Amino acid sequence: MLEVRRKRLGKLLVILFISAVGISLILFSLNSKLDLFYTPSEILSGKINSSSRIKLGGMVKANSIKRLGTSTSFLVTDFQAEVFVKFEGVTPDLFKEGSGVVVLGYFKDQKFSAEEIFAKHDENYMPPELEIGSQSE
Amino acid sequence: MFSSFVHRFSSPKSYVEITRKFFPYISLFGFLLLLIGWIWGLAFAPEDAVQGNSYRIIYLHVPASIFAQLVYFFMSICALIHLVWRVKLAAYLIKSAALVGAMITFIALFSGSIWGIPTWGTWWQWDARITSTLILFIMYLGIITLHGSFSNLEKADRLMSILVVVGVVNIPIIKKSVDWWSTLHQSASITISDGTSIDPSMLYPLLISIFGMGLTLISLGILSSKFYILTREKNKKWVQSYV
Repeated sequence: MLEVRRKRLGKLLVILFISAVGISLILFSLNSKLDLFYTPSEILSGKINSSSRIKLGGMVKANSIKRLGTSTSFLVTDFQAEVFVKFEGVTPDLFKEGSGVVVLGYFKDQKFSAEEIFAKHDENYMPPELEIGSQSE
Repeated sequence: MFSSFVHRFSSPKSYVEITRKFFPYISLFGFLLLLIGWIWGLAFAPEDAVQGNSYRIIYLHVPASIFAQLVYFFMSICALIHLVWRVKLAAYLIKSAALVGAMITFIALFSGSIWGIPTWGTWWQWDARITSTLILFIMYLGIITLHGSFSNLEKADRLMSILVVVGVVNIPIIKKSVDWWSTLHQSASITISDGTSIDPSMLYPLLISIFGMGLTLISLGILSSKFYILTREKNKKWVQSYV
């Protein structure tokens, strides 16, 4: 490789290195703020300000959904801790027990009052007949 | 010998001549694969156990998202070639690929939003995957705009290439965003280490759509670059005899 080209390549690698370091520094300083939601354990650890609106994410615990009129209550779990959630309104189609959920609202007095509910779905895709088969195993 | 070979095939003239020969095959094959993949996926693949029919937008969303990133990766290799070896053709290819990249990234974001409404219950969230893809879209627009804002085209080529190299840092971030942070977006369904979590009956049409999308975008890129090269070198002798 010619000397001049080696120099250009060197400069380019320096540019790439600097921008990678710069962006990693930004990402590390933002760190957990980039997380879309808090897990139940994080919320119960008590670092959450009760007056700010936050998102809680996890799995809807089996047999925990209770509906009364238009209000729904359920437990969100990360298999270490559970948070009780109350919600008023229509839940998305994919909201069900045993699947992922993200709720937006306020955490006060050990209860989470949700304003909005988003259903999180996993990366598995299969036809209905196969799923019934895999559940009965 | 190697360098004379490179110089011969990196001249805009031979690029236009070679791609002209291959263009009909690439575009036709790509179009057919896309057609087969989409008809198979939309009409014949079974519906999903959880999402029902709404998962079918995967046959547009996944190919679009893959190539939103791959087009950028291609551009960064061209940027390296342009900056180190001063190959003009590489810069021309960046400029024309950026248009294709911006288009396909927009489709990825838009189809993702449509998919989000019935499944997640929202069309937009500032989660790491969605936001980093939006940044990618803005990068494409920035690259096009930066190049357009100089009257000295050689300087424009060089600065554009540097911007492309700076922005390539975003690509691994998009890829790993679903693993590094908790996101509403699910993690990857097809991985090299763990295989796939998509049932074969749904996976085959998806793979066909991905290949079809790739070839279709290559043919769009060829068209776009040919137009750009002929415009840019319009004062050269070979263009005047070509047109």
